[in-house]
Amino acid sequence: MAKRVGIEVSLAISEAVKLAQVDAVAAYPITPQTHIVEHLSELVAEGELDAAFIPVESEHSAMSVCAGTSAAGARTYTATSSQGLALMNEILFIIPALRLPIVMTIANRALSGPISIWNDHSDIMSVRDTGWIAIFAENGQEAFDLTLQSFKIAEDHRVLLPISVNIDGFTLSHVIEPHEFLDQEEVNRFLPEYKPAVQLNPDDPVSMGAVGVPEIYAEAKKCQDEVLKGSITVIKEVFAEFAEMFGREYKVVETYQAEGAETLLLTMGSVGETAMEAIDQLRAAGRKVGLVRLRLWRPFPAADLRAAVRGIKTLAVIDRAVSFGGTGGPVAGEVRSALYSVKDAPYVASFITGLGGRDITVDDFIGMANQAEAMAKANEIHEYKMIGVRE
Amino acid sequence: MTKKFNEKAWHEYDLGFMVSRPGCSAEYRTGDWRSQQPQTNKDKCIKCGVCYLVCPEGAIQLAADGTYDFDLEHCKGCGICATECWTGCISMVEEGE
Repeated sequence: MAKRVGIEVSLAISEAVKLAQVDAVAAYPITPQTHIVEHLSELVAEGELDAAFIPVESEHSAMSVCAGTSAAGARTYTATSSQGLALMNEILFIIPALRLPIVMTIANRALSGPISIWNDHSDIMSVRDTGWIAIFAENGQEAFDLTLQSFKIAEDHRVLLPISVNIDGFTLSHVIEPHEFLDQEEVNRFLPEYKPAVQLNPDDPVSMGAVGVPEIYAEAKKCQDEVLKGSITVIKEVFAEFAEMFGREYKVVETYQAEGAETLLLTMGSVGETAMEAIDQLRAAGRKVGLVRLRLWRPFPAADLRAAVRGIKTLAVIDRAVSFGGTGGPVAGEVRSALYSVKDAPYVASFITGLGGRDITVDDFIGMANQAEAMAKANEIHEYKMIGVRE
Repeated sequence: MTKKFNEKAWHEYDLGFMVSRPGCSAEYRTGDWRSQQPQTNKDKCIKCGVCYLVCPEGAIQLAADGTYDFDLEHCKGCGICATECWTGCISMVEEGE
């Protein structure tokens, strides 16, 4: 096993991208993603990574260039955040429709306005329906491992879809953590060379992105949805293969102290680490409380979630984005929908918190667990509550 | 028998709904989009070929006598040929008249 290296998470991601031996990177710097692409540009400039690093004038161009390089058969990577992701929006929809397996890191950051450079999940939630696979990392090691695994998932010919690896801005991107790196030989054993199913080639011409007349548009959308839903099989296979080779196990829905729990908290991303501390304290006090950490956001792992919450009484979903004018946080809405037809489904409390860089503390999690249990006991009809807001 | 493009199930199309056979757009009949169709007074036609050059759909073909015929399965009835015709021999006529 390779040695542990203390390194900033952003740089660890760049090193993972280098180990994946990408052919092309097109990206535009934006806080808090900047260090990732800055380091990649250095690696290319210093000759350590044999790739085309294509500087562009905007994120719209970055994703457009990525579409081109991927269509030409290049293993393609980019990274962005917040407003940058919003500016890519138009092209984001086209990438999965064309079945281009681009890997993108999103250093999650709040959307304007007011302008905020700090972390929440409003950026990724705003692109929920673009058709990308979306995976969340909880710490630096996960970010490194999931970046490598993402290339293998995306490029599998049963998938051929783009993936976003979501890491919390600053909370992950700018902290120095110990990482167990893999060496090039290990990565090569796990991640074979990218073999495109089809690529742009003048000797064997194809047209990508042709018009979808009413007679075929619905079939195109159905195909995209089926392939995205079916990708969960490949995601699980790749996670299993990675665990087999390197000993670090990943699941689409992770649980912590869920055995015998009556109440579960549900988080996505780095706050799961704080929530685990809260769970430890609650368990020490004799409370039957555990944690569900949703790793896979798209395709939504509904069956795995149902299995994870079977038999519990209360589920407290913590969202880090607002669906303005809606009936709950975006994750809570999805969770409620997945559980609605389940007999004896748990009471689902929706809490929105941690917006625009506001910390969520251990006490906050304990408070939400208490509140959710009280609401469930009273069978309180509610849509969502914002936690930690001055009233 | 190969299915037509609008008869296939969602999983029977090329990857990413790309077009892998050049020229297959000719199979898509755009003629029924038309509300007016071009008619030619061939006595006035000077065989210059301007209509052939300006047709955005390639729906105008050279006939054996040197004049031009219209492919009404693909002509969308845009009327550019009638506007550009030097002698005014092409006129646009309402469909169904």
